[in-house]
Amino acid sequence: MNTKAIPKHYSLPSRLLHWVTAVAVLALFAVGLWMVDLTYYSEWYKTAPHWHKSLGILLALATLIRLGWKWWSGAPAVEGKAYEIFIAKWVHSFLYVLLFVMFFSGYLISTADGRAIAVFNWFEVPSLGQLFDNQPDIAGEVHYYSAMILMVLALIHGLAALKHHYVDKDNTLRKMLGERK
Amino acid sequence: MKNIIISTGLAVMTLLPLQALAADYKIDTNGAHASINFKVSHLGYSFIKGRFNTFNGTFTYDENDLSASSVEVNVDTRSLDTNHAERDKHIRSDDFIDASKFSTATFKSRRVEDKGDGELAISGDLTLHGKTKPIVISASFIGEGKDPWGGHRAGFIGSTRLELADFDIQVMGTASYVDMELHVEGVRM
Repeated sequence: MNTKAIPKHYSLPSRLLHWVTAVAVLALFAVGLWMVDLTYYSEWYKTAPHWHKSLGILLALATLIRLGWKWWSGAPAVEGKAYEIFIAKWVHSFLYVLLFVMFFSGYLISTADGRAIAVFNWFEVPSLGQLFDNQPDIAGEVHYYSAMILMVLALIHGLAALKHHYVDKDNTLRKMLGERK
Repeated sequence: MKNIIISTGLAVMTLLPLQALAADYKIDTNGAHASINFKVSHLGYSFIKGRFNTFNGTFTYDENDLSASSVEVNVDTRSLDTNHAERDKHIRSDDFIDASKFSTATFKSRRVEDKGDGELAISGDLTLHGKTKPIVISASFIGEGKDPWGGHRAGFIGSTRLELADFDIQVMGTASYVDMELHVEGVRM
């Protein structure tokens, strides 16, 4: 973080990126679980993975921008007791780490044979080729279990925000909603 | 008024099949529903099979007038794959197809002859190893129709024999010719 004063609220870009990420992650999770069980003859068999991959790549780019923005503009202090602040910061970091594990493992599934990933047919992300043996299968396992852990952490993250809002009655949720007290 | 509608309808109906002439297809290499395979003698005792993994192409197909059909394919000769890296390297070298110098092989049809029963004779020019020679591919229509994902597909199988000497490729032992087996599925553009 830079040396500017610590802001009181999350900035508009931070809030937008946060909530877009929340919606995108839930959508990606739901579509991801659904699409892997589609039969070959489903009309969604090609479209659903295409959109899943496209949205995933766009979210990866948005997350890079988000981290850059966070570093540049700073973030308000985390509120709560010392152990809450410790856990919150740990969860926040782990959410970011899991997002990148998801992006990279997903990328490795689709690009293992040298094929690029087409993002809504707007542009293509090239393949790095096969980086290790059984890449699509191993990356697939990592993608699946990381998604499960990400969902559990996101649930804890959301419940904690509600607890701060309704039980502790502090500014935790308002900072991300943008309300001025 | 009624007559005008009926006659217009009839006119449109008779014109429609003409407009639906000759659809263009892109060979489905993205989904790997097409392959270019070859078979060549090994010492006269058996055959090895190989393929070219990278290619692209288009074809035009009209079931009502097969002679109006055409096909064009570009093959990246560097993508040769016989499941044996050292052998692939040797075949790609200037001992044989010299893939670094002649990295693209192309086939362009000139004439498609309807042999009946879905059988076709596709005459055209093959450019390989820098030499262009006329060849004939015997092809069979396999099927066409809608796919489950909103597209329309048509597929063929084709075969032809290439004499290596025709393309100035070294003949080694019994391996004087290569049999090509072509599986082509296209998605309507």
